[in-house]
Amino acid sequence: MTVQKIMDALQLTLVAGEKGLKKAITTGYVGDLLSSVMAHAQEGCVWLTIQGHLNIVAVASLVNISCIIVIQGATIQPDTIEKANEEHIPIFSTEYSAYEMVKKLVDIGVY
Amino acid sequence: MNLHYHVDGDAFIAAGEASSQVKKVLKQLGIAPHTIRKIAISMYEAEMNMVLHANGGDIHVEITPHKICITLKDEGPGIPDLELAMQEGYSTASQEIRELGFGAGMGLPNMKKYSDELSIRSEVGKGTEVEIIAWLP
Ligand SMILES: Nc1ncnc2c1ncn2[C@@H]1O[C@H](COP(=O)(O)OP(=O)(O)O)[C@@H](O)[C@H]1O
Ligand SMILES: [Mg+2]
Repeated sequence: MTVQKIMDALQLTLVAGEKGLKKAITTGYVGDLLSSVMAHAQEGCVWLTIQGHLNIVAVASLVNISCIIVIQGATIQPDTIEKANEEHIPIFSTEYSAYEMVKKLVDIGVY
Repeated sequence: MNLHYHVDGDAFIAAGEASSQVKKVLKQLGIAPHTIRKIAISMYEAEMNMVLHANGGDIHVEITPHKICITLKDEGPGIPDLELAMQEGYSTASQEIRELGFGAGMGLPNMKKYSDELSIRSEVGKGTEVEIIAWLP
């Protein structure tokens, strides 16, 4: 599984980090508390969160999260987008909840 | 190798930059991914604390063939009760900061868990000095 495959299969809107689309996806993680994400998100995962601020890119790049899906239409700040482009971390925006997204991810084989 | 960073206290949303830089250097040096991960987590937490609770400060990183030593120094309010602060869930962060996903009270526990050695010296009214050590195999 790759970020690109997830994007295509779930018709997600890419808002940043196009250069990271080839990255492999290992599993997923859901969380909004950054310390928790740092400690528990596995390398190469897709991360579902409601946070859209700049620090999510720092967290993702520090622990090698492959891509971020910002749920429930939460606002993604312009500086977040800029940084994600620099760091090659794809960020997607969706109107769905984390629960709905997890179901979809499992359906396409992200366990 | 020695690295220095000055960390501002006013832009916590942008914080984590020093940790990101150090991670890149360690990768270039060929340090094991497992070790890099430990350092990235513990240094990020310490850097965030400096920004969130102490209005920024200075970071010194020393890399030798045997260890990586990160010292973070601030002139913030200090930690009155370190034992209490080390407890998971304890946080003095504001509601506004918590809503952004910071202030879960897991920073110090994470630092303890992911560093090989952690020492914290803090004096109320003077500041805090955190030393994180990772031993290299
Ligand atoms: N550098 C620091 N200067 C002053 N107080 C600090 C510092 N680091 C930590 N603290 C205190 O310790 C508490 C717990 O820290 P931590 O476990 O990282 O949780 P959090 O940062 O989520 O509040 C903080 O809420 C704060 O009161
Ligand atoms: Mg903290």
